Amino acid sequence: MLPELGLVSLLLALLLSLALSVLPMLGAHRGHGPWMATARPLAYAQLLMIAISYALLTWAFLQHDFSVAYVANNSNSLLPLEYRFTAVWSAHEGSLLLWVLLLALWTALVARFSRALPAPVVARVLAVMGMIGLGFLAFTVFTSNPFERLLPGAVDGRDMNPLLQDVGMIFHPPLLYIGYVGFAVAFAFAVAALIDGKVDAQWVRWSRPWTNVAWSFLTLGIALGSFWAYYELGWGGWWFWDPVENASFMPWLVGAALVHSQAVTEKRGNFRGWTMLLAIAAFSLSLLGAFLVRSGVLTSVHAFASDPDRGMFILIFLALVVGGSLLLYAIRAPQVETGKPFAATSRETFLLANNLLLTASAAMILLGTLYPLLAEALDLGKISVGPPYFGLLFILLMAPLVLLLPFGPLMRWQREDITQPMRWLAPWAALAAVAGVVTFFAWPEGTAKTAFGIAGAVWILGGTARFMWQRMRSKGSRFTAEMTGMLLAHAGVAVFVAGVFITESTSIERDVAARAGDQFQLRGYEFKFEGVEKHPGPNYLADRGTVRVFRDGQPVAVMHPEKRAYLAGGQVMTEAALDGSLSRDLYVALGEPLDQSGGWALRLYVKPYIRLIWLGSLMMALGGFVVAFDKRFRRPVVTP
Amino acid sequence: MKRWLVLLLLLVSAAAAALEPIKFTDDAEETRFRELSAELRCVMCQNQSLADSNAQIAHDLRMQVLALMREGKTNREIKEYLVARYSEFVLYSPPVRPSTWLLWFGPGLILLGGAVVLAVVVRRRADGAPATPPSEDSQEW
Amino acid sequence: MIKRLLPLFAFLALAVLLAAGVMRNSGKDTSAIPSPLIGKPAPAFSLPVLGDPTRLVSGADLLGRPYLLNVWGSWCPACRDEHPVITELATSGAVRVIGYDYKDTTEEAQRWLEQFGNPYDLVITDEAGLAALDWGIYGAPESFLVDASGIVRWKFVGPMTSEVVRDQLLPELEKLK
Repeated sequence: MLPELGLVSLLLALLLSLALSVLPMLGAHRGHGPWMATARPLAYAQLLMIAISYALLTWAFLQHDFSVAYVANNSNSLLPLEYRFTAVWSAHEGSLLLWVLLLALWTALVARFSRALPAPVVARVLAVMGMIGLGFLAFTVFTSNPFERLLPGAVDGRDMNPLLQDVGMIFHPPLLYIGYVGFAVAFAFAVAALIDGKVDAQWVRWSRPWTNVAWSFLTLGIALGSFWAYYELGWGGWWFWDPVENASFMPWLVGAALVHSQAVTEKRGNFRGWTMLLAIAAFSLSLLGAFLVRSGVLTSVHAFASDPDRGMFILIFLALVVGGSLLLYAIRAPQVETGKPFAATSRETFLLANNLLLTASAAMILLGTLYPLLAEALDLGKISVGPPYFGLLFILLMAPLVLLLPFGPLMRWQREDITQPMRWLAPWAALAAVAGVVTFFAWPEGTAKTAFGIAGAVWILGGTARFMWQRMRSKGSRFTAEMTGMLLAHAGVAVFVAGVFITESTSIERDVAARAGDQFQLRGYEFKFEGVEKHPGPNYLADRGTVRVFRDGQPVAVMHPEKRAYLAGGQVMTEAALDGSLSRDLYVALGEPLDQSGGWALRLYVKPYIRLIWLGSLMMALGGFVVAFDKRFRRPVVTP
Repeated sequence: MKRWLVLLLLLVSAAAAALEPIKFTDDAEETRFRELSAELRCVMCQNQSLADSNAQIAHDLRMQVLALMREGKTNREIKEYLVARYSEFVLYSPPVRPSTWLLWFGPGLILLGGAVVLAVVVRRRADGAPATPPSEDSQEW
Repeated sequence: MIKRLLPLFAFLALAVLLAAGVMRNSGKDTSAIPSPLIGKPAPAFSLPVLGDPTRLVSGADLLGRPYLLNVWGSWCPACRDEHPVITELATSGAVRVIGYDYKDTTEEAQRWLEQFGNPYDLVITDEAGLAALDWGIYGAPESFLVDASGIVRWKFVGPMTSEVVRDQLLPELEKLK
């Protein structure tokens, strides 16, 4: 009975979203107050209905209701409680419902926090978000109903994929989706502005905090996904350029360009058209990502079970939303450039270059991800595009960005005498070069790659510090939240760059055949293998190894790599043992038993400074959040 | 991923003969082996490199790569050997040839195109830009 | 105006590509790697017969009549699913079916055949799996159609169903006549 109620709630939400798509939009068009006023209540009502539906699906999992097909396919009577919550979003139908819920949440938040906006703007923005919600709700109800019954009900479920039975699963998808879906707000503001015809800087000011928050959540989601893959998958990688990872990275890059472009449009009135286009592009890439994961068009370890019918549905939805908004852009985008003119050397130009590089990187990733599809369609054979391609081209495109980054904050608007910032930054450039050279010669395992990474990080940090010093000297330490956020995010980039280059060039791994009592030396650490024993878990039976690690005779860690056999599905998972600190990670994974005598194959890793990658990402995310709280967004706009 | 592939993989990795760690003759051989197998794709777990994959076939192919290395084959010959059997899909880095020119040179062209657009935009907007940099006070943040 | 339509056109081109992708890939196993052996001679091999290790069979021995090489193993559950289809194909006489026992021990293989039936004309074994690399085999079940002159004509990755036999294999066999 309850699952049917869940479906009913969803249908009601569908009707509400239909009303939300139509009424306020017509009201804004006709200046009809009461119709415009329906937007907020409809947004809240829609959220309520979807929340009820989501809660009922969660309840079905908690109660082990195996008469619901989705529960039977993704859960099991032995599944621990916390994973029953996360199992809701572990496969296609449920994760879609989560997407819908989060979209409704963002819509309601915009409804709640838009008191300062004129009624027609609120009406149009909420209506656009309603249209998006309508599409997703229709997709869910008509092709991906999570409440479908399995009659007769299963005796027990097929269990959630053991790879997903981990704490990372609790946070990664929700954070990611909050980000993806959050770009719908900037999108809705852009589309509303295009429909309205009033494309001044006003709408940008309103949408900036929302966009920053969405981008920050996406940053967290991606960083967490990377960290989770690292410790869960057992072979020490942290990014694989997998199609689905790429699908999250593209909106991130475009989103980064968007927040910069919005800043320019808000402060100077320039780049209205570009900002609008980027806002459309960011959300379009979110939708594209949803399509790629669920349509079966690309092979990926992340992909949900594919279904061409679903694929076509999303594609048509994608075509309508993106095609429609781009058509609207073609017709209604501002013809005249506003804002003050600017010279070739000016902050405006540098920010344009920044956005060009970010967007080109996103385009490159799109090209590489879809190329196998293109090649197949043109009968060019089965080509595969992997990390060697993406990694190389990404570094080539990002290198200029790293070089230009410190200039941006130091340049003036409209015109800058380039020799000035060059003079200011010259000592930092020298310091970076020295740091690079010192790294190359003094770092024991350092290579040219390590040197470049350190040099790049020092350069960015130095330039950022220079700006900070300058600001403190001239305006007496008055930093706006915007500046603080910027400094934090840019410093985060430096930390990230350092982490990537150091770990990629100095990490070491060794495969060994180990018998109890054997000891292995790796980078000054001694790994002493003590053997493997059986160890039962809540829903698995594990082979649990013990490895004691010493450095200079002092005990450092006791590590327990495991190989778990899950009882429900019989799958075997490798759980690597990790001992991490900011300066290095020690990583031990159990391979296969060598023979009957108790020997095992072990993989040992030492990964220096790998955690800087995620620290840097965290700093970037935090920076984005801090910017959103700047007082300027709560002030009434003074048009320049 | 099709269920049969998943089950196959897991059963194979569980029931297979031991995955013996390799004893390299020297560091150079180890480095070359690691680099080479990182440039090849595991044909079973298709989103992993040959170096990283735990699949049985990945192990077999790694042993074969090592054997070919010890026979004196060059990296290129080893790659050709694998491509002849498993198609170009086994190369992690797509070869540069007419069918992949768009892939390899496309991003550069996009960047170039974007730079041209940027130059045009900047040229147009420079009309009327102040001749000297504005004073600090007019710069709002 | 053209400039402003550019993003739309670019997107439409992308949408067309994606639509083509969805339609092409429906029902297909997108992870299957196409075989580079199609149209080329089958790789040379010399493998022992199951249960009679002194008797070796090579590609040359099989010339003269087309055959379907069916790669299987006792450890492979999907091979079990496929077996009735293989059995039906073999008994129909449409083509002789040679079993290729991949990465299996003799005892396990024989036990499997006893349990599920042995429809094969012949079963050769590749316990170490080395010869399989020459065929581009990467798992089981896989099936190759080799014609009378030893050229590989068709490969299927995954368990064959009666539809696959009807819609793909039999037409290929027709072409050989």
